[in-house]
Amino acid sequence: MQTFHTDLLCIGAGLAGERVAIAAAGAGFSAICLSIVPARRSHSAAAQGGMQAALGNCAMGDGDGPDIHFADTVKGSDWGCDQEVARLFCDSAPIVMRELAAWGVPWNRVVAGRSSYFKGGQQFEKIEKKEKEGLITARAFGGTAKWRTCYTSDGTGHTVLYAMDNKAAQLGVAVHDRTEVVSLIHDGENCLGAVARSLRDGGLSVYLAKATLIATGGFGRIYRESTNAVINDGGGLIAALDTGLVRLGNMEAVQFHPTGIVPTDILVTEGCRGDGGTLLDVNEHRFMPDYEPEKAELASRDVVSRRMTEHMRKGLGVKSPYGDHLWLDIRHLGEKHIRTKLREVDEICKYFLGVDPVRQLIPVRPTQHYSMGGVRTEISGAAYGLMGLFAAGEAACWDLHGFNRLGGNSLAETVVAGMLVGEKVVEFLKGRQVNFSTAVIEDATAKQQGRISRLIGKADGKENVFEVKNRMHDAIMKGAGIFRNGTDLAACVDELQDTLDEARKVGLSTNGRGASPELTLALKIEGMVKLALCVAFGALRRTESRGSHSREDFPERNDRDWLVRTLASWPEGADLPLLEYETATEVFEIPPGDRGYGGGKIIPMPPAAAPSAPEEPEAPEAPGEQVAPRVPNVPNVPDGPVKPVKPVEPVAAAAPNAPSAASAVSAPRRQGRLGEPAAPNPAGSSAPATAPDRAGHNAAAKGEK
Amino acid sequence: MARILSFSIFRYNPSDPGSRPRMDNFLLDESERMTLFIALNRLREEQDASLQFDFCCRAGICGACGMVINGRPGLACHTKTKDLPKEIALMPLPGFDLVADLSVDTGKWFRAMYQRVESWVHTDKTFDPKAEEERMDNALADQIYELERCIECGCCVSACGTAQMRPDFLGAVGLNRIARFMIDPRDERTDSQYFDIVGNDAGVFGCMGLLACEDICPKEIPLQDQLGILRRKMAFTAVKDLFRMREGKKK
Repeated sequence: MQTFHTDLLCIGAGLAGERVAIAAAGAGFSAICLSIVPARRSHSAAAQGGMQAALGNCAMGDGDGPDIHFADTVKGSDWGCDQEVARLFCDSAPIVMRELAAWGVPWNRVVAGRSSYFKGGQQFEKIEKKEKEGLITARAFGGTAKWRTCYTSDGTGHTVLYAMDNKAAQLGVAVHDRTEVVSLIHDGENCLGAVARSLRDGGLSVYLAKATLIATGGFGRIYRESTNAVINDGGGLIAALDTGLVRLGNMEAVQFHPTGIVPTDILVTEGCRGDGGTLLDVNEHRFMPDYEPEKAELASRDVVSRRMTEHMRKGLGVKSPYGDHLWLDIRHLGEKHIRTKLREVDEICKYFLGVDPVRQLIPVRPTQHYSMGGVRTEISGAAYGLMGLFAAGEAACWDLHGFNRLGGNSLAETVVAGMLVGEKVVEFLKGRQVNFSTAVIEDATAKQQGRISRLIGKADGKENVFEVKNRMHDAIMKGAGIFRNGTDLAACVDELQDTLDEARKVGLSTNGRGASPELTLALKIEGMVKLALCVAFGALRRTESRGSHSREDFPERNDRDWLVRTLASWPEGADLPLLEYETATEVFEIPPGDRGYGGGKIIPMPPAAAPSAPEEPEAPEAPGEQVAPRVPNVPNVPDGPVKPVKPVEPVAAAAPNAPSAASAVSAPRRQGRLGEPAAPNPAGSSAPATAPDRAGHNAAAKGEK
Repeated sequence: MARILSFSIFRYNPSDPGSRPRMDNFLLDESERMTLFIALNRLREEQDASLQFDFCCRAGICGACGMVINGRPGLACHTKTKDLPKEIALMPLPGFDLVADLSVDTGKWFRAMYQRVESWVHTDKTFDPKAEEERMDNALADQIYELERCIECGCCVSACGTAQMRPDFLGAVGLNRIARFMIDPRDERTDSQYFDIVGNDAGVFGCMGLLACEDICPKEIPLQDQLGILRRKMAFTAVKDLFRMREGKKK
């Protein structure tokens, strides 16, 4: 078996992975990126609309700055984000856009003088300043106070990824494409690299690294209908979850994009609405202003998707053999604008729908699009649970987006986080020495070889992997969509647990030789079902509505009990994830308030816990009011290596005062299942399901120091 | 009336000692708005789980799914079956190493291409994070984007007579990449430096002018225009350099 040694191993060669690799290579470290596909086919390339950065160059962005960007982001997140992270991101984003310009991105630029633009269906005029001519311009996106989204036509992700991969090639970053990670290698405390399988010939190889980064993007493919590329099946998250140590944050926070086309679920960019496109119903009535008089089509994505669904439920959708949909209308933007600034949209309509958007309406409906959740990290990018493991981009829960991310913030995040985490990884590498234990390595590879032999030999059963996948799709599409409720979520968790049983009994129908696509899927189907369970179980437990997580049975945003982040880990042999909670943000620049769109009631924080100063809120006394401790209590120390805290033992977390999710792990499976759908949350309706034992927890944290 | 489609698909898995190159036939009922993405995935899930092919974005943006469709290279994801006869023959793209069945190793080919044309901005300037970005005319940015829209699907290489005869030919995609950097003022390379890369038969003078590259480009990039401009410029550079060399010798 071939073994590769490197300083930094990046799992994923999209924007986040390559940007971190470039930082390491630039500092003289060796870096290898592993990728299922050639780097330039990574899903970053498909991002059309643009990247938010408060440059304030264009007329409609005049007066913009990081503070306004920050406020938009926090509101967009429905106060679920980490405000320190959001602040760092907003301050750094302009620098990143300029750096990308220097690396060759052909950003669209300010053209001085008069020009017209559309807002909703109406035409307006603006005057671009002469002194700004030739600087990077921006377009409007949802949930923003200013035009802030930097773009290259509607191929932004493509041009940025090409510039990034060019830079990576220049600096000698090695990209091993058609290589898929099947597991991390770790000794219980340190991440030592990964076992990977070749998608050319099926062979296994070992990558040993001082630092490992997960940058595998989202996991949208656990849904049947998703805008995501077929490679977005959560591979990196599965490897992380399999350690039993690493925690995934806010997995229930799943974004549905308002404009996936019907059928095929391909995305057409938010730029369509940003540039003035409107949404119409079966009567070709523009309905969004009826719900959202202020922002209309440009409210945040969670809000627009909900309003669309609400409107279709009233019977005002357009019937089609593929279910109800609505119309996106960009006809009034004119042929020149559509054929130049919305060119990919034009092509997608032509090729996949046979529709000419200059003259015809585009059939759209909300479609799974983005995973706010991911590998939970410190602000430095260091993952909770294993030293030497980092994550960045959509695969990470950094946590910039909270419960809803703004359009244009994710593409920007890939490169901004890539740059910042890259710096931290370099600091980490400078002081890092690791012992690679041959026993650990052999153990990890033997385990994977064993899995492969068992699948080929049908040692665990003969379940058909495609049928298992379909069953998972059915369950999650039905139970964990835009609107959620306790009954459906409980049924979804139940069904997914049965699916997990089946996933463990998959056997191949073919010989599995070479890059066998059947074996490739079989190796991760169990992990995919586990991710689906993290989503559904987390959603069931979260008895409130926040951002994209919308509970019909708990319509209020509950800042009293739920201003927390869910942390999911998967103890070995368990049938459900272990859920813990931590405060959403330690620092409040903006205390929780109304977003200004979306409606909905808020249960406020109790005055005692309300953030008047940026200090840690005291533990509330009353039962049912609790703010769980932030799990790793190590702040980001700039002059020392980042140090994730040793994970809490599942047993410790299942201490007497943590009855619910933890008990699901230790109890026999049927008992661990959810009880009556009517009362799915044993901890009651007002409190987070599980808080790890505070005392035990802190002890664990101290023990690590 | 729904058609029954008859697929004839190239099969060979080099990693399987029992596999021999052959064509396999499959029947599939056509559904509304069916694309080759939908059809191939159904064949794999319902009829033969060992069938290998590549898709990624399935939206015509990433370039993963190039294959020869009834004799013509194209992107499978945006090919609708209703635009094809009921007999559909699928072959892997020629000119690239075969992975298996319809899957070819474009990544390796393209990585070699970047290294050869040094596909990055060459500059002596260092990035100053505190400085305003350098200005650029928006029309120029649009022009660069036009050439940057290439998705490296490999169709132009597969369709190219020269590329099929000489493996070292850069292909329309490589020449287009050079053209992209030539019009970009951020790249400080001189015409002579570009000439060193493409001023030969493996580069701009190898093209036989068959125009297939432009005919099949799924992104409709004006490849022939670029080739023409590049050729003229390189020929001019060659004459200039020759002249300079002679002047040098005289002295």
